[in-house]
Amino acid sequence: MPVQRIKFYQTGSFAVGNRLLDPDQRSVQADTERTNSLTMGHRACQGCGEALGARYVLDAVMRATGNHAVTVNATGCLEVFSTPFPESSWRVPWLHSLFGNAPAVATGVAAALKAKGRTDVRVVGQGGDGGTVDIGLGCLSGMFERNDDVLYVCYDNGGYMNTGVQRSGATPHGAVTTTTPAGNSFRQGKSLPLIAMAHRIPYVATATVADLRDLEYKATRAMEFHGARYLHVLVPCPLGWRTASSETIQIARLATETGSFPVFEAVDGEVTDVTRIRRLRPVEDYLRPQGRFAHLFGDTPRGDVISSIQAEADRNIRTFGLVETTEVS
Amino acid sequence: MPEANSHHPYAITLDVGSSLANKTGSWRTERPVYLDRLPPCNDACPAGENVQEWVARAEEGDYEAAWRQIMVDNPFPAIMGRVCYRPCETACNRATLDEPVGINSIERFLGDEAISRGWSVVVEAPPTGKNVLVVGAGPSGLSAAYHLALRGHQVTVRDDSPEAGGMMRYGIPSYRLTRDVVDAEIQRIVEMGVRLELGTSVTDLGDALVDFDAVFLAVGAHVGRRADIPAGDSARIVDAVSMLAGLAKGEQPLLGRRVAVYGGGNTAMDVARTARRLGASDAIVVYRRTRERMPAHDIEVREALDEGVRMRWLSTIVYAGADRVRIEKMRLDESGFPQPTGEFEELDADSVVLALGQQADLALVRDLPGVEIADGVVQVDGRMMTGHAGLFAGGDMVPGERTVTVAVGHGKQAARNIDAWLRSATYEHPERPELATYDRLNTWYYADAPATLRPQLDVARRITSFDEVTQGLTAENALFEARRCMSCGNCLECDNCFGVCPDNAIIKLGPGQGYEIDLDFCKGCGLCAAECPSGAITMIRERS
Amino acid sequence: MRSQIEGSRAVAETVARCRPEVVCAYPISPQTHIVEALSVLVASGELAPCEFVNVESEFGAMSVAIGASAAGARAYTATASQGLLYMAEALYNASGLGLPIVMTVANRAIGAPINIWNDHSDSMSQRDSGWIQLYAETNQEAADLHVQAFRIAEELSLPVMVCMDGFVLTHAVEGIDVPSQEQVDAFLPPFGPQQVLDPDDPMTIGAMVGPDAFTEVRYLAHAKHLRALEVIPRVADEFATTFWRSSGGLVRPYGCLGADTVVVALGSVLGTVKDTVDELRAEGVSIGVLGLTTFRPFPYDAVRAALRGARRVVVLERALAAGMGGIVTADVCGSVPDKPITTVIAGLGGRPVTKKSLRGLLTDAVADRLEPLTFLDLKHDVVERELS
Ligand SMILES: Cc1cc2nc3c(=O)[nH]c(=O)nc-3n(C[C@H](O)[C@H](O)[C@H](O)COP(=O)(O)OP(=O)(O)OC[C@H]3O[C@@H](n4cnc5c(N)ncnc54)[C@H](O)[C@@H]3O)c2cc1C
Ligand SMILES: Cc1ncc(C[n+]2csc(CCOP(=O)(O)OP(=O)(O)O)c2C)c(N)n1
Ligand code: SF4
Ligand code: SF4
Ligand SMILES: [Mg+2]
Repeated sequence: MPVQRIKFYQTGSFAVGNRLLDPDQRSVQADTERTNSLTMGHRACQGCGEALGARYVLDAVMRATGNHAVTVNATGCLEVFSTPFPESSWRVPWLHSLFGNAPAVATGVAAALKAKGRTDVRVVGQGGDGGTVDIGLGCLSGMFERNDDVLYVCYDNGGYMNTGVQRSGATPHGAVTTTTPAGNSFRQGKSLPLIAMAHRIPYVATATVADLRDLEYKATRAMEFHGARYLHVLVPCPLGWRTASSETIQIARLATETGSFPVFEAVDGEVTDVTRIRRLRPVEDYLRPQGRFAHLFGDTPRGDVISSIQAEADRNIRTFGLVETTEVS
Repeated sequence: MPEANSHHPYAITLDVGSSLANKTGSWRTERPVYLDRLPPCNDACPAGENVQEWVARAEEGDYEAAWRQIMVDNPFPAIMGRVCYRPCETACNRATLDEPVGINSIERFLGDEAISRGWSVVVEAPPTGKNVLVVGAGPSGLSAAYHLALRGHQVTVRDDSPEAGGMMRYGIPSYRLTRDVVDAEIQRIVEMGVRLELGTSVTDLGDALVDFDAVFLAVGAHVGRRADIPAGDSARIVDAVSMLAGLAKGEQPLLGRRVAVYGGGNTAMDVARTARRLGASDAIVVYRRTRERMPAHDIEVREALDEGVRMRWLSTIVYAGADRVRIEKMRLDESGFPQPTGEFEELDADSVVLALGQQADLALVRDLPGVEIADGVVQVDGRMMTGHAGLFAGGDMVPGERTVTVAVGHGKQAARNIDAWLRSATYEHPERPELATYDRLNTWYYADAPATLRPQLDVARRITSFDEVTQGLTAENALFEARRCMSCGNCLECDNCFGVCPDNAIIKLGPGQGYEIDLDFCKGCGLCAAECPSGAITMIRERS
Repeated sequence: MRSQIEGSRAVAETVARCRPEVVCAYPISPQTHIVEALSVLVASGELAPCEFVNVESEFGAMSVAIGASAAGARAYTATASQGLLYMAEALYNASGLGLPIVMTVANRAIGAPINIWNDHSDSMSQRDSGWIQLYAETNQEAADLHVQAFRIAEELSLPVMVCMDGFVLTHAVEGIDVPSQEQVDAFLPPFGPQQVLDPDDPMTIGAMVGPDAFTEVRYLAHAKHLRALEVIPRVADEFATTFWRSSGGLVRPYGCLGADTVVVALGSVLGTVKDTVDELRAEGVSIGVLGLTTFRPFPYDAVRAALRGARRVVVLERALAAGMGGIVTADVCGSVPDKPITTVIAGLGGRPVTKKSLRGLLTDAVADRLEPLTFLDLKHDVVERELS
């Protein structure tokens, strides 16, 4: 199924739905018949970006596969808030095994389906950033390298949230977590999208909950490929980021508009498209509303840290060509 | 020992969607509520058009519905689309984002579409048996007549001119407002059963106030303000409104090749541009202040300059001769007031046209008991009623901005109140909702889209004919332009709330029906309100 | 048909005839020959349909098996020693989720110090992982146990570990009757999973369970193991009627009836033990042997019945619980709490258990001269020097 990117001048064309569009061009989330893969009654915090992102991704996958997808979930908030006995919020086939093995379990599912000739059923593995970039990295890298027919989705909320907001390999520079009380002194060490690309897998993409159209496009596009695919979705966590529950999407948007989180896609290890920043802003606009960065703006402001975060964003903008004028040829 | 369930191992395997048993609505301390805020365009429209609503219809491509929505408030969409000074666009929130929505050009498109397709208005209200007299068939009088007719009243409009339209016909030049448009939109009102009695000067209201159940006065302001300029015997000094009216009636004003226009308002621009079209090689506007302080709208000044009109700012005419005028240079003092400098200059001019504003001829009401006149205009209350019971007034003859749109608004407002007054009731204006200010919007969701420009005739054509300068939009452009509207403060059914709720707590009711909050599951995170592009959701506190 | 064949190869061929649909492999001695052989069978198309997945770790291997099994495929893997420990977390998960995975453990010591040779430290360390553990005495039994393991696993929805001694069995070439495809097909029906990840019948597998239900979940897991105590002998009986060969079951008494002394052991050491006991019995010593084929679930009743007449019990252990002693002893004691039990720790890290040493040991045992915890062939001079 070819996917057309909606890029036309129209009221609300970045909004979830659009009553002016042909029904087949409308987003999955605008559809009252959407799967609601993760349905109501789950116990995610108010305004949880991960709950939102998971529904966005899986509903798109369900549409793309004609409801023929199964899910494997790593331990983490997403798993805990969705399946405390006796209630499950999933409406898709879903399996949870462990924290660090979701990619391998997904491989097993894919292998089983292949052996059984059920090529109509597609497999999605998913987990938090801790489960993905840290403890699950070995299994994930193996899955990539074997090019198993799995879409793996990382919901990146920049820390081990389920265990009470500890630092993970995806925690950004400067952020306070319960294990980096003075602010994370490491640079954002692991860019898993780049690591994934280094495996030369068919498809790698990043997205955020702030741009549903883009996210759905990528989840859908991912299902056009066979083999290992990786989708890295930024999902702000009001609890861990110390933001208001209503700010989740706004914060994700600021992450992209400041260059802190590059949004792009790559085929066979090469970047093929980047989502340009529409209204470029300084990183400070992104950092300031978040309580986890409050110490940078406190009584002894940490201009040094802020400028180093800005430098990191500038690097993203340069290397990915996030701003039209800085496009690299 | 047998297992609890051989297919679903106890507790480890669960049924899908079983979490519906967990009503997370109990977590909530705040609740989202849908509301309609007042869009700034609506707020700014002197005719009280529901701009946002009709633009929304146009966005859908339902031009007739859009047009009918305008007609609820204003019977002259095609005229508006040509002469309105567009306060809506000045107020438009989109101006803060990029450029205002071309509301006026869409309105013109809709108005023209209605004329070419012959859309008409049917009076559905049963006849009330009440008779209302309207004096003056300008925009204000005709607007009142239209709104009164819609409500089932029998309306008679008397006007002393040979044709209806007031300044729309006898003031505004035809290269800005073609007369076929004026004819068509007035004809539509006549077809609703409004009686037009033209060439009838009303000089006394005594009988009328007895014969009619109510009277609406809208005689405009037609008397050109004079300036005492010492002049030679052979100097040709004419008044702008008379000159334009004469032209409209088919006269050929004799202005000569070099014309000095005195004044800095829109009328001055119209006269200068008209002079160019009549063959003047030189049309010079003489104005005592600077360009920035000119009351004329910027676009009118620009178009005049485009057409070769010259400007003499900071100048007053101190003497007019047969073929030249003497001007004195001025300077602005601290308070911005022009002061003479004692420096003089001469300009070649075969004629001087005075465009210094108009005064209302209020002879008609001067002696009526109760009617109060101040600053040269008739005073009215909030109902547009004069101090004389049953006598209402509006348009240029009452305080306020003197524009076609204000006049139309007055007509509508007067009609509502006359209607109520005839029923011995009072008209209650609906409560004014909170303004949908820019900060209420989440503009990220609107695609970047520059405004569509209306095509214009090239200058050579403009100065040799009275052809309409500004052209209309094509249907495609009109649609594009309409879709730039952000639907400020009003749900545009973009499904954003439906999408962004992490708890699926928004129920989509279907096209035109909007949405509902499922309070069983809404945790009150506020994402829907924060991400509503148009600011049509607010959060209200339920408990602390 | 009986042929001269390496133990690993026999197991691989037998497993292949059980038609696993997913096999995952990660190398570790002494297990490696098994998955190598399977990879050849898959590559040649002899075993099909089957996905052979080269994983990046044993943790990955067990995780792939978990996914495959949950998706309704018959899944198999093999490991040993460090590898088994590396998959520990996933072992508990597989059993907790009730996934009938079959795994060969080619028993090997665990480090440090690193040691590639045979003992039972690895599988013993996972005795409480919720897996059924079967121990093979011979390579024939090792092969046979795999066929039975799939039956048992799938009937109970529980994973099964088939333990065979590393090198001693895995690398030994001997005459083995590898079950034929027809026989296996007749014995082992296709896998009908009790729950499966399927878009046509979506369900949530692997919920989080809190204090309100966790005890019951564990109770039910225990109940399943108790049911295994009935299933395992029944499957062994059926096996015998299909294959005309006796293997598997819970325990294997050898001359226990009327014996004053009974030696309890698991795995390949039973061969040497039986040889030694034969000699002693010929000399008039009242001694028998009890082989434990099933160690998890622990067959308390069967052990108690076999030991009913014994006056003393010697448990020969191939692993040591430091600070405690014999692991198997503790369980045997649970069966016969009143009988005197001596623990003999033997053959750690590949040290040969010779008939000569055994004979001396059992002679002492019969004479009640053994310490309650005895280390066979312990170099006393070394340890005394180190301890002084
Ligand atoms: C040159 C010029 C250009 C303009 N351009 C614009 C523009 O581009 N946009 C804009 O919004 N506004 C413009 N205006 C202003 C606008 O035309 C007026 O504000 C508007 O027409 C006022 O409407 P009205 O109904 O109050 O009066 P009018 O339009 O003046 O109508 C009054 C009518 O009453 C009739 N009448 C008067 N006395 C009597 C009587 N005693 N008995 C019977 N009939 C009588 C008159 O003949 C006339 O027909 C312009 C004005 C001028 C002069
Ligand atoms: C092997 C293992 N180590 C640690 C844990 C504890 N643990 C459970 S969830 C979690 C954090 C998950 O973080 P992440 O993957 O980022 O997901 P999030 O909760 O942030 O969505 C941790 C550390 C575990 N369950 N298993
Ligand atoms: S802690 Fe963060 S990620 Fe976890 S449920 Fe709450 S908001 Fe979501
Ligand atoms: S964007 Fe639309 S609703 Fe908002 S002020 Fe402009 S025209 Fe009115
Ligand atoms: Mg996380």
